[in-house]
Amino acid sequence: METKQILETIQMVSEEKLDIRTITMGISLFDCIDSDGEKARQKIYDKLTKSARDLVKVANQIESEYGIPIVNKRLSVTPIAMIAAACHDENYVAYAQTMEKAAEALGVDLIGGFSALVQKGYQAGDRKLIASIPQALSETKRVCGSVNVGSTRAGINMDAVKQMGGVVKELAAIDPVSCMSLVIFANAVEDNPFMAGAFHGVGEADKVINVGISGPGVVKRALEKVRGESIDIVSETIKKTAFKVTRMGQFVGNVAAERLKVPFGIVDLSLAPTPSQGDSVAEILEEIGLESVGAPGTTAALALLNDAVKKGGVMACEHVGGLSGAFIPVSEDSGMIKAVEHSNLNLEKLEAMTAVCSVGLDMIAVPGATPAETISGMIADEAAIGVINNKTTAVRVIPATGKKVGERIDFGGLFGYAPIMPVNTNSPAKMINRGGRIPAPIHSFKN
Amino acid sequence: MKAVITVIGRDQIGIVAKVSQRLAALKVNITDISQTLMDGNFTMMLMGEWQDSESNFEAIKKELNDLGNETGLDIHTQRQELFDAIQKL
Repeated sequence: METKQILETIQMVSEEKLDIRTITMGISLFDCIDSDGEKARQKIYDKLTKSARDLVKVANQIESEYGIPIVNKRLSVTPIAMIAAACHDENYVAYAQTMEKAAEALGVDLIGGFSALVQKGYQAGDRKLIASIPQALSETKRVCGSVNVGSTRAGINMDAVKQMGGVVKELAAIDPVSCMSLVIFANAVEDNPFMAGAFHGVGEADKVINVGISGPGVVKRALEKVRGESIDIVSETIKKTAFKVTRMGQFVGNVAAERLKVPFGIVDLSLAPTPSQGDSVAEILEEIGLESVGAPGTTAALALLNDAVKKGGVMACEHVGGLSGAFIPVSEDSGMIKAVEHSNLNLEKLEAMTAVCSVGLDMIAVPGATPAETISGMIADEAAIGVINNKTTAVRVIPATGKKVGERIDFGGLFGYAPIMPVNTNSPAKMINRGGRIPAPIHSFKN
Repeated sequence: MKAVITVIGRDQIGIVAKVSQRLAALKVNITDISQTLMDGNFTMMLMGEWQDSESNFEAIKKELNDLGNETGLDIHTQRQELFDAIQKL
């Protein structure tokens, strides 16, 4: 092998912050269902701690042997609303505590799946789970929850949209930081390894290993070398870089799956930023040629980036899945934070960007006084973009209780901070309070 | 097992000797070696191979890390397959 290639690979890791963002083991809990909640939770604890016993150990081994950082080790489980529905418990907080206890025992960073899928309607377990979310997520550190409120095939459940606005506010009233652990989806995917939205779908195998890659820094560095060239070259460069990054994800996933004796599921080809400098999706968009992210042209640049990442990655691995694209979480991206602080990027532009990025309004802090109906309105808008355009969208919004526009909310340590963004103050309350369901969209006459 | 060992740092007398001496002591066979100066930085790449019954990865990595710390060099030890996965179709 050529010296240049070896050095390039080492540089990708050490200087450009290339890493495996997460190895997530999906575990089905269907065989843990019991009409006695106590017994069900014991079965869940036993299955999780047995199945993922070696997850952290194997990830650390791979990290050391191949010299590639594996930032997070995570679990995702079958949506708890389905598992807990058979028991007679009135709330499901104890299930979240069991998940927390198992995650702690295993040393994994996060566990996702305190979830409900209510795109068309509620089953008995869904209501109880959603009502348990504020307490469950504020009393645990590692548990993540998600609720799917719409899909292209089912439309949008506006009762759930209304309820989730209230749930977000309730959770924020206890602890705004806990809102990081809650995602409201439309078209949620079943094999997503990223948090907070990961859950183990009902169509998945008993256990599976999914890998989420990262690498905004590598893409940015590659683009620095083609300044002034045409957009075609930009697209080609992103594709080639995404290819290499994905190869690494495929390789690490294969090794992990083999050592853990669990089938390998998918590689999620996502550019996932972190607050550290040089690990930013916003900086890629600016490298393409925007003075600041938020400028006219931002949506086009993001669309190009998102599509090129997929095209480059698809050939590099056996199975692609999850969310696969570019994430644009505001508080986890130093470039996004800067743009918001300089008033170069607003909520409306972010919403437009979510029509072409991989997820949605992510890690956005809004004033504490934002009414629940307004948050429901934001959820409805995002769900509509997803449902109509046949893509996944999500809302992870943080009402910063007691704070106003201009202030900021700190998440502590590696999670960075978010400037509080202004929200349109006209009320959607009458629409939200109608309830009901927005019908599934028509799939012809696409204009 | 095979590993790629890269040594990067300020040029000084005896780098090759120190590294190869340490590898010999660890029973690591050098199957390929290349060395150059890039932007004034000493850059050496070695392909090392050893019997798993005689040496283990963690111990070798640690020894080389220690050597790096003693001599002010950056020494990476990584299994070779990763480079193949990323750079070869």
